[in-house]
Amino acid sequence: MKYAGLLVMPTGFFLVIAALVLFADPGRRGAFVACGLLVEVLGLAVAVRGHMLNRGVARR
Amino acid sequence: MTTASTPPVPDLAPMLAFGFLLLAPLAIAGLSLVNAGLGRSRSAAQALLGSVAIAAVSFIAFAGVGACFAGAGGAAVFTAAGKSWNWIGTGAILLGQMSKWPMEAQLGVLFECLAVALAGLIPWGAGADRMRLAAGWATAAALSVVLFPLLAHWVWGGGWLAELGANFGLGAGFLDGGGAGTVHVLGGAGALAVVWLAGARRGKFPKEGLATAMPGHNATYVLFGCLLALMGWMAFNSAGALLWLHAEPSRLVVTAINTMLAAAGALGSTLVVTWVRFGKPDASLCANGWLAGLVTSSACAALVSPAAALVTGVVMGIATPLLVEALELALSIDDPSGAISVHFMGGLWGLFAAGVFAPQRGQILAQLVGIATLLGVFLPAVYLLFELIHRLVPFRVDSDGERLGMDLYELGGGAYPEFVIHRDESYH
Repeated sequence: MKYAGLLVMPTGFFLVIAALVLFADPGRRGAFVACGLLVEVLGLAVAVRGHMLNRGVARR
Repeated sequence: MTTASTPPVPDLAPMLAFGFLLLAPLAIAGLSLVNAGLGRSRSAAQALLGSVAIAAVSFIAFAGVGACFAGAGGAAVFTAAGKSWNWIGTGAILLGQMSKWPMEAQLGVLFECLAVALAGLIPWGAGADRMRLAAGWATAAALSVVLFPLLAHWVWGGGWLAELGANFGLGAGFLDGGGAGTVHVLGGAGALAVVWLAGARRGKFPKEGLATAMPGHNATYVLFGCLLALMGWMAFNSAGALLWLHAEPSRLVVTAINTMLAAAGALGSTLVVTWVRFGKPDASLCANGWLAGLVTSSACAALVSPAAALVTGVVMGIATPLLVEALELALSIDDPSGAISVHFMGGLWGLFAAGVFAPQRGQILAQLVGIATLLGVFLPAVYLLFELIHRLVPFRVDSDGERLGMDLYELGGGAYPEFVIHRDESYH
């Protein structure tokens, strides 16, 4: 699960790059960049959740 | 009569930058003391030896290999979507021909050598009391050779993040004069990777009940380290303003004042928050707040007004103790030095705030692209690189090492040989 989250994060980065290349309008570009960041935060949340699932192992 | 024989007056900016960089190691010294003080007494010598050795490994690895990718000598550029993307430096290894470079380029390498050592100390602090010396050196070498040079090239070496303004009309491009992203977010990502891979200290999260409090062993080290760090940060921020943001020397006083205001605002708000929550101010959390304010200033100090620097610091000072508590209690993350809250979160907030408060139009979007790059590329890359290292050089000492303390186990002697060290009740 941690790896899944970490793999989602670069996807958000590529969304941000796509926003730079595809849109000249600052509004659309900003919205796409925000979406890319949201995807990255979701990926990080999934990775943290993966760490939480191992919480039992950490409690020793 | 004397004009013909008078030597030319050197440019003021490079001379000032060199002077500042001679003071910048105080940030390394301060952070080393903070890390050692927040760990246990039976690991203090190992923590400080590790810090000195990490600085040494970082200097050698960066000067030997990393600097050629950071890009003082040349750069690899590709074209896509009608834009040029400068993505990696192509200089000579071992700083070949450095004496023939312009002084600004030489100063850039000196700045980066010190910055990478500071970045290497951040994961080391997060792994306190359980991380082996060899693992600390290996992670520092990996940061110095691979990830830091790439990021430094993108941000400071004319890379694509620096060119966001010219290529895409985003303000002045991604701005990070003092290394909030390049040093602190990268180091903070390393800290997160270390605590995930090494796991919590034994007894930190018992099978039943709340997390065990493991307070730092020496508040004096921690708080004196904070004062040393202030001097180092002022030097880093001022040198960075000259070298990377090409600020006028007249901007330096505001940069130094902003650094102080961000730290002071953060300390004040952390002090109030801990006072309200616990009934008394908490020394280690206040130190974390002070450092978090300094980290935010790394992004903001040279760009924003004093009022904005103060507000940025105050916000981070409120957030820091709450983040430290949330990471430990809600997410089971054992980070003895608070590196993730201070450096990772502080760096991200500072970069965002720089975009909000900077006078350039469109700067916020450039800062968001930089933040997205740090989160989307460098955090996963740090984790994967550190996991690879962890398989070769295990991060965590065995249970005997934790029971004896890192000093006895790794160095054969303690930092305080004449003191009686109390037995740890968690090892029944």
